[in-house]
Amino acid sequence: MYGYRGTVLRINLSTGDIKKEALDKELAKQYLGGRGLAEKMFANEVDHKIEPFDVDNKLFIAAGPLSGVQTVPTGGRYMVITKSPLTGTIASSNSGGRWGAELKFAGYDMVIIEGKSEKPVYISIVDEEVTIKDAAHLWGKMTSETTEMLLKENNEKAKVLNIGPGGEKLSRIAAVMNDLDRAAGRSGVGAVMGSKNLKAIVVKGSSKPEVADKDKLKEVVKRVNEKIRENGVTGQGLPTYGTAVLVNIINENGVFPANNFQQSTFAQAEEISGETLADKYLVKRVGCYGCPIACGRHCKVDDIESGGPEYETVWGFGADCGVSDLAAVIKANYWCNEVGLDTISASATIAAAMELYQRGLIKDDELDGLSLEFGNAEAVIEWTKRMGLREGLGDKMAEGSYRLGEMYGAPEYSMSVKKQELPAYDPRAIQGQGLAYATSNRGGCHVRAYLISPEILALPEKLDRFEANGKPEWVKIFQDLTAAIDSTGMCLFTSFAMNADDYADIINAVTGDDYDAASLLATGDRIWNMEKLFNIDSGLGKADDTLPKRLLEEGIVDGPSKGSMSQLDEMLPKYYDVRGWDAEGVPTEAKLAELGIK
Amino acid sequence: MRKMTIKVRLFATLRTDRGKEVMVDGPEAMTCRHIINTLEIPEEEVAILLINGRDGQLDTPLSPEDIVSIFPPVGGG
Repeated sequence: MYGYRGTVLRINLSTGDIKKEALDKELAKQYLGGRGLAEKMFANEVDHKIEPFDVDNKLFIAAGPLSGVQTVPTGGRYMVITKSPLTGTIASSNSGGRWGAELKFAGYDMVIIEGKSEKPVYISIVDEEVTIKDAAHLWGKMTSETTEMLLKENNEKAKVLNIGPGGEKLSRIAAVMNDLDRAAGRSGVGAVMGSKNLKAIVVKGSSKPEVADKDKLKEVVKRVNEKIRENGVTGQGLPTYGTAVLVNIINENGVFPANNFQQSTFAQAEEISGETLADKYLVKRVGCYGCPIACGRHCKVDDIESGGPEYETVWGFGADCGVSDLAAVIKANYWCNEVGLDTISASATIAAAMELYQRGLIKDDELDGLSLEFGNAEAVIEWTKRMGLREGLGDKMAEGSYRLGEMYGAPEYSMSVKKQELPAYDPRAIQGQGLAYATSNRGGCHVRAYLISPEILALPEKLDRFEANGKPEWVKIFQDLTAAIDSTGMCLFTSFAMNADDYADIINAVTGDDYDAASLLATGDRIWNMEKLFNIDSGLGKADDTLPKRLLEEGIVDGPSKGSMSQLDEMLPKYYDVRGWDAEGVPTEAKLAELGIK
Repeated sequence: MRKMTIKVRLFATLRTDRGKEVMVDGPEAMTCRHIINTLEIPEEEVAILLINGRDGQLDTPLSPEDIVSIFPPVGGG
């Protein structure tokens, strides 16, 4: 097999059984790899109605056919697939770094974790040799200490994926962390790992995936690397400033939510911008495996030096909590990684708690002396720790903003879709992004379809962000292409520079398949419909394809987008129609037959 | 000929040797093209142009109270 290693590792933590199974190449032709293939396999073997913390829920950790393939730009990604304890949807959480590539070097496309260990364990994978080991000494440890200990007791050159106290304590917003500061952050996948008493997976491999046509790959890689280098975003913007360069542009457009989306501009945006980060705190740029872009940052404040913060994180701990102290944001990001929580959901949950406090629903006597006032820099650091450790009110916050709001009779202050916290763009004045939020198969999310690209950044062309007309078609194409890219093992950021033909050419050179732009998009469409079917089976429906009440019913109150309202009601029926779904958002028999979904 | 002054905000790499915020003088109803020429910003460096936070064009005539924001190619997410 080319690109793929052809082997799936299946580990049952209840019985201790370890099996090596052949990858189903026919299924891989339909669903590619990574997100698509692992989700389809998950959907085939797990009860769609299962409770996420049930022992029979499973965790699929999957690389793509291009992960770990030498010279492929950004082939360092992997996906964590499970049923989400946050959203109740199928979850597929993506991460970079080096772990995904190393899994391929060890000879596997995917690891499937089943059952539940009686006591804390970790898994060691060294090529053929797979061992379940005791993790009593690691349980309760922060993620960086766990990583260091595991490298020391295994192999300094191994790659470590682990959970922190957040995942151990079943926080519904817990991340799976890898390579110290990379995160499969979203949808609470770390909590499912914690529910299985699995602390970490250490992997070390010594062989490389084979390539079908080396000459062709050389030619294609040369072409796309040139595109990546010459593209303003991937060649200049991201390498120089990282993702946080977006702070000013999103704020200048008046769609930078502040104080839990009560405002849509933040007066101190400059103080937390990518430009300020580069001036004051940046230590070095960091790239994931095989990445020519290197958007990753390493920043230093006092005695803390760590990866990040990313744009979404700066927004969350910054503007969304009313905090203009960038040093505090960097510290909160550090602690969020240490306790192993998703930075978007963690910061947005603090913001929701701040609004519940502002409205008198959370009382002072619940705070143990730690303020929840908007703008309190110390609060974002300390509440992040308390959330990860489930201390005091942090115990309730660890359930995520929606369930926190419910506990106070006010879930409407959770700025979430399908109970997953929204990222850093106000959808009321970016209509396509609003539709993408509402229809995302994993709940509130920007990277299932990044309409910010055409609606704000003018890539590949400029769309009027206030206009609803035409957006359903754009959202579908972005969702489909993203699903396909996510299934290759490459990074979504390459799509600023690469088109569908480029991805098809790389896949074909590596795997020997014969994709073109149309069949690649059809693969994405198939993946999207399969995810949707899983969610419908899980009990989600049209009523869940929506936005928080505030963002549906109220206009923007400040800044250049003042007065703008969501036009979701107008777009949603058209979107269902464009997708070939019925009026309730259910894929029709004809659509499923067209896609060959069984 | 009457003159006017426009506040211009610059971002990312466009700040190098120019600063964050500059006031640009020009004729009444001058355009953003006048501004980028004055600031010696090559047209291909202008990825996003906002006038008062809304999408602007290089040849739109400006009013004295307008604020212009200029970004080079940037992205993230």
